Amino acid sequence: MASIWEYANPVKFMRLTDRVLPVVALGAAVCMVAGLIWGFFLTPDDFRQGSTVKIIYLHVPAALIAINAWFVMLVASLVWFIRRHHVSALVAKAAAPVGAVMTLIALITGAIWGEPMWGTWWVWDPRLTSFLILFLFYLGYIALWEAIESPDTAADLTAVLCLVGSVFAVLSRYAVNFWNQGLHQGASVLRAGAVTGSDTEEKVSNVFAVPLFVCIAGFVLLFLALVLLRTRTEIRKRRTAALIARERLV
Amino acid sequence: MKALLLRDLKLAFRSGGGFGLGLAFFLIVAVLVPFGVGPENDLLAKIAAGVLWLGALLACLLSLDRIFALDWEDGSLDLLATSPLPLEAVCGVKALAHWLTTGLPLTLAAPVLGLLLSLPETGYVWLVTSLALGTPALSVIGCFGAALTVGIKRGGLLLSLLVLPLYVPTLIFGAEVARRGTEGLAVSGPLALLAGISLAVIAVLPFVSALVLRINLR
Repeated sequence: MASIWEYANPVKFMRLTDRVLPVVALGAAVCMVAGLIWGFFLTPDDFRQGSTVKIIYLHVPAALIAINAWFVMLVASLVWFIRRHHVSALVAKAAAPVGAVMTLIALITGAIWGEPMWGTWWVWDPRLTSFLILFLFYLGYIALWEAIESPDTAADLTAVLCLVGSVFAVLSRYAVNFWNQGLHQGASVLRAGAVTGSDTEEKVSNVFAVPLFVCIAGFVLLFLALVLLRTRTEIRKRRTAALIARERLV
Repeated sequence: MKALLLRDLKLAFRSGGGFGLGLAFFLIVAVLVPFGVGPENDLLAKIAAGVLWLGALLACLLSLDRIFALDWEDGSLDLLATSPLPLEAVCGVKALAHWLTTGLPLTLAAPVLGLLLSLPETGYVWLVTSLALGTPALSVIGCFGAALTVGIKRGGLLLSLLVLPLYVPTLIFGAEVARRGTEGLAVSGPLALLAGISLAVIAVLPFVSALVLRINLR
């Protein structure tokens, strides 16, 4: 009987990811190269934004991963809490730095995009502000992992921090909305009714949207590949530590 | 419970306990701000409420690592954990003691410092109200942060890194109440949200802190 929990066994996880990782990594490379080349060189310039619109191919996928990486950590922390699978805790640990870097990429590309469009590198817009706060949450989470020596205690404490942090992150998002209205446009890639509705101009045109989806697929695969790779490294680190401890005992 | 509260209060008030440190820090922040931004009364009046909220928050942060660290070092935390008093209550009492020794004095001192920063007359009531409602949340959230980092040597910096993002909603709503009050706008919206945050964290976070302490004491 195949169950997803089988892969909570590190040996099985390693065996599976050994086969899956190259495929995912290759897929990420293909999608990203194709999507970025398509997006950067084969799409027309926007009639108002000129060529700066093309930063969307980095900005949107990175922002998407930045948020979803936290969800991955949240789910992995819950699984660790409920079922005590070590692989799950390690996935949460592995996802954090990737998410933090994606948040940083989204912030930096956003600033580069904002400078010609809004005339400023930074505004205290709700979306920008909550991303900055999300970045701080990532930093705290990573720092807590690094600071605690005992691996199980570290996994438990960071899991609690992730759960409490999620509540506060959502709370901050709404608090920030309350605090200031922004310049950033709303979600417009997949707006319902936009295709046939009267606000077609409000939606990202298909010419831009299709390469964007390829880029998003590439970023998702890249995220998966990095998390799997980092989790494998963590598992190997644990094994080495166990081996060293055994050597000392003998 | 009462004995624990009195013990914590005594420890804080007597020498080396750090009571007054937060207040002094708060005073210094309020004195330094005009040096940083210039002495124009109009500008100061505009930013006074926000600066005082920020100062109170940082002053609160200063004494957080004392909540559990000393008890952890001399082993009294183990005694507390094995005592008949549930650990959740210990966390609640500790947070209460922290609030009584920092949050409450800060709230009471805020109007005086508001005078220094030429806070407009309309602002005083709302500044004090928002601090009185918001500082308990700061203490309880800080207590959670202190419980998380109790086992870490020199965890003070890490504690601030963990706790400051958690303070964001409280700060936003608290400063918003004070700002709107100062400008004579309606405050009931942010005031209700601020009170909601305080009540929610007081109800929930002591349990989480106790859970975290149990993990650390394992």
